[in-house]
Amino acid sequence: MATLHVLVVDDEPGIRSGINRILCNYTVSYPFMDEDFDFQLIDAGTGEEAIEVLNSQPVDVVLLDNKLPGMDGIEVLDYIKKQNFDVAVMMITSYASLDLAIKATRIGAYNFMPKPFTPQELRASIDNVTKHLFLKRMTRKMQAEGKQIRFQFLSVLSHELKSPINAVEGYLKMMQEKQFGDKVEDYDRMIDRSLTRLKGMRNLIMDLLDLTKMESGKKERKMRDVNLAEIAKLAMDTMEPYAIQRGVSMKLQVSGDPQLLADANEMEIIFNNLISNAVKYNKEGGTVDVCLCNQGPNFEIRVTDTGIGMSQDDCNKIFKDFVRIKNSKTKEITGSGLGLSITKTMVEQYNGTIKVESKPDLGTTFSLSLPRL
Amino acid sequence: MSNEKKLILIADDDADYLFQLEAMVKNLGFRVKTAESQAEAEKILETVKPDLSIFDLMMEQEDSGFILSYKARRKYPDMPIIIASAATAETGFTFDLYNENDRNWIKADLYLEKGIRSDQLHREINKLLRL
Repeated sequence: MATLHVLVVDDEPGIRSGINRILCNYTVSYPFMDEDFDFQLIDAGTGEEAIEVLNSQPVDVVLLDNKLPGMDGIEVLDYIKKQNFDVAVMMITSYASLDLAIKATRIGAYNFMPKPFTPQELRASIDNVTKHLFLKRMTRKMQAEGKQIRFQFLSVLSHELKSPINAVEGYLKMMQEKQFGDKVEDYDRMIDRSLTRLKGMRNLIMDLLDLTKMESGKKERKMRDVNLAEIAKLAMDTMEPYAIQRGVSMKLQVSGDPQLLADANEMEIIFNNLISNAVKYNKEGGTVDVCLCNQGPNFEIRVTDTGIGMSQDDCNKIFKDFVRIKNSKTKEITGSGLGLSITKTMVEQYNGTIKVESKPDLGTTFSLSLPRL
Repeated sequence: MSNEKKLILIADDDADYLFQLEAMVKNLGFRVKTAESQAEAEKILETVKPDLSIFDLMMEQEDSGFILSYKARRKYPDMPIIIASAATAETGFTFDLYNENDRNWIKADLYLEKGIRSDQLHREINKLLRL
């Protein structure tokens, strides 16, 4: 149970004790809140008194009468706004003047309650204020903890998953309604596109699995001497059928000891991502060069392609989640937009660095540097 | 009303969705021009004035649709604009154009969820074109 402190500012003692009676045993709960809220009330008979309370103890909600003997409600509200107190203010007023309402809303009143009010009306208003406060504070907390980023990630992810479903569903409907006639051949292109989109979705799911592996992270990491030349070879073999179709040839060059203390699965993910990109974004008849060099202080890995390349602007973006370079040259290439962000995160977990250099139409080089542990 | 078929510009970076929407709108008896990006749509709008435009929300930028609407509205104040997106459900990013406030900054006339049925779309287009 959490307690919200409610400051009641009204010059009529009857109203103050009435509100006290209505709220003292009242609790608010919502399915999305971890705990219930109850209310502890603090009294103030004047605006001056209210300000004293606000400056000396925690207050979450202010129920504020506008007509007060000294400074009036609007002035108190103005003070609250200027001091930037984290409170929600609800104005209580007997004259529902539009002018006052506008003025009060502009300086931050959360809502209004006309006087006289019934216990139900008061409770309903308190419900709303509580929810509002909770969400406001939750949002702030999430931002502070970086959960906002997580939330954004999930939003984009669901968008990425939904687009292929929409596309495939759309094609199926067109076929169901026989929009292009009765001949099956006339739907070939739609069937191809549907299969491509499904494949893209499968890749996305595979990348997500990589991501979860990475997040479950360090404790599951099995560090042992890994032969990176073998892992690179394995990744190249996996891409071989596709490379042959596109007439792309791949070459591996190793200098120095190819062993590195690392987790084999993670190294596989890194090589798979880099090499599959080098083939996918290549040109007909292009080449991919994979160089491993373990001679300096770090283990250096370089993957160079002679592909479509990209602009400096694009280079700056590609390590971010779900970023895909969209232009006429990449139109037919599927990808989740996660591979490089996963790769970068992984490399950084080894205290390594990853860089990209690229020239449009000439090709791209990814250079990794992993420290020997 | 002229006898010529009305021209509708559709911008969406999902080639499949674009193809499907194009087929749907052509089926309803309109002429269609398509753009696969915000940039391409902007280029078309420089020389062509469509009778109505349908923009996807997330293209190069996540608010490409809004930007396009804004620019299109400045050039052709009387061209109706529909924003189509699959965004609300997953981003919790809710807004609707029935609220004065939102309508002021989102320069579009209608906001549609993707996956709309052909008859619904037809009705909305006709309404906006006063057909």
